[in-house]
Amino acid sequence: MALYSEKVMDHFRNPRNVGVIEDANGVGLAGNAKCGDIMKMYLKIEDEVVQDVKFETFGCGSAIASSSMATELIKGQPLSEVRKLTNQAVAEALDGLPAYKMHCSVLAEEAIQAALQDYESRMTKEDN
Amino acid sequence: MIYADNAATTALSPKALSVLVHHAKNTWGNPSSLYAHGQEAKEVLEQARTQIARCIGAKEREIIFTSGGSEADNQAILSAAAWGKQKGKRHIVSSAFEHHAVLHTLQKLEKEGFEVTYLDVHADGLVRPEEVKAAIREDTCLVSIMYANNEIGTIQPIGEIGAICREKKVLFHTDAVQAIGHIPVNVVTDQVDMLSASAHKFHGPKGVGFLYVRQGVPVRSLIEGGAQERGRRAGTENVPGIGAMAAALQEAASHMDENARHLKAMQARLIEGLSRIPHGALNGDRDRRLPGNVSFCFEGIEGEALLLLLDDKGICASSGSACTSGSLDPSHVLLAIGRVHDVAHGSLRLSLGEDVTEEEIDYIIACVGEVVAYLRSFSPLWRDLEAGKKAFIL
Repeated sequence: MALYSEKVMDHFRNPRNVGVIEDANGVGLAGNAKCGDIMKMYLKIEDEVVQDVKFETFGCGSAIASSSMATELIKGQPLSEVRKLTNQAVAEALDGLPAYKMHCSVLAEEAIQAALQDYESRMTKEDN
Repeated sequence: MIYADNAATTALSPKALSVLVHHAKNTWGNPSSLYAHGQEAKEVLEQARTQIARCIGAKEREIIFTSGGSEADNQAILSAAAWGKQKGKRHIVSSAFEHHAVLHTLQKLEKEGFEVTYLDVHADGLVRPEEVKAAIREDTCLVSIMYANNEIGTIQPIGEIGAICREKKVLFHTDAVQAIGHIPVNVVTDQVDMLSASAHKFHGPKGVGFLYVRQGVPVRSLIEGGAQERGRRAGTENVPGIGAMAAALQEAASHMDENARHLKAMQARLIEGLSRIPHGALNGDRDRRLPGNVSFCFEGIEGEALLLLLDDKGICASSGSACTSGSLDPSHVLLAIGRVHDVAHGSLRLSLGEDVTEEEIDYIIACVGEVVAYLRSFSPLWRDLEAGKKAFIL
């Protein structure tokens, strides 16, 4: 049996939404270099909808696949839905992750929630 | 497929395979049985023992067949500890980057009241004999230092350490799993008391190895049972495996010089090629290393992703990243030579086979360069390094 599901390998080999959004209005970071995983999410939010999302990841195969899948799950979604995104949903969409790789899906969730918080704090500042 | 993970395991040589099959088919008698069919199997064992002993400068009776390197390491260390305990000596000297078969056995002994000094292996991955000498105390029962490291391939000054231990009258064990069959090893000139080896690292079968124990050194059986191996290892012997191991070792020993010459040339080409990748570095001393070992760290990437993409290109390699070990920390070997976590995660070990060609080396160089550049292209860590937000380490 292979280490990863076909879906994980597909998203690892052909990651979706890779890169940077220069005019992102929400940027989130999770993980650290010491642990060997860093994810950075860039969101372009308009009218409470994720119009565009891109990611950069330093990490293993499942970290790259988790980032890619997470961006697919939230692209075009209203913020009300994005806030509900869990690591379980990311892992399930990938047809599962090995137990010791579940933290990769947690990082994806954290990076997205961090990007959302960044967006919200920017909005609050603008309102003020 | 380019198999560049020979430090993990090697392919069975055609000669070893034919010996293995031959004995499995024809010499299946129990070596402890007294009728001719059993005694034929006994003869295979004793011939293998002679062949192996000759390859390392030992006497026949000094070779104990085991299930592999881990068992041999366990038996050597636990035997020395049991002897030490009787003599009131509960101190052991070892190094920080031993194989887990050694480290975990030492940790078990620490829980039982032993004290272990883990010597520094420095940035070059080499134990200093004078530091071994300084670490030996009145109550030291054993020094255990590996012959060559399994991840970074550095060859330790075993002869010098052996001389110190002999002079200080302390038992000396060496885990020679990576060295045997690849570089010349002689237990007499190296002044070794115990030595572990594993057949599948030199084109023999898996599940078989041996422990050399110098005559007169007290050794205990780990397994209770029959009187096989002169009471030092119970259990009916793996006759086909042992016969094949001896055949593989003889073959490796008789081609050692030419193999090493070829491997060193291929190693030099690979090191030179990979050194052109920016912000990478060779792990371990450039010259005092196994002829087939090339170990690098590349900044800004993670090793498992690198291995998976190399696998897609038909290259089998290994890494000391946390993600490949299934733990949170990267390899203890890379940490021991002073690589920080960020860098150790981006490690790559290529351990070449004797039949590797120049074209294959060039293909590996091209693929590693391509994959490292690709992974860096979307690594936030690499972006920070390039933007100067973080300082490059390599």
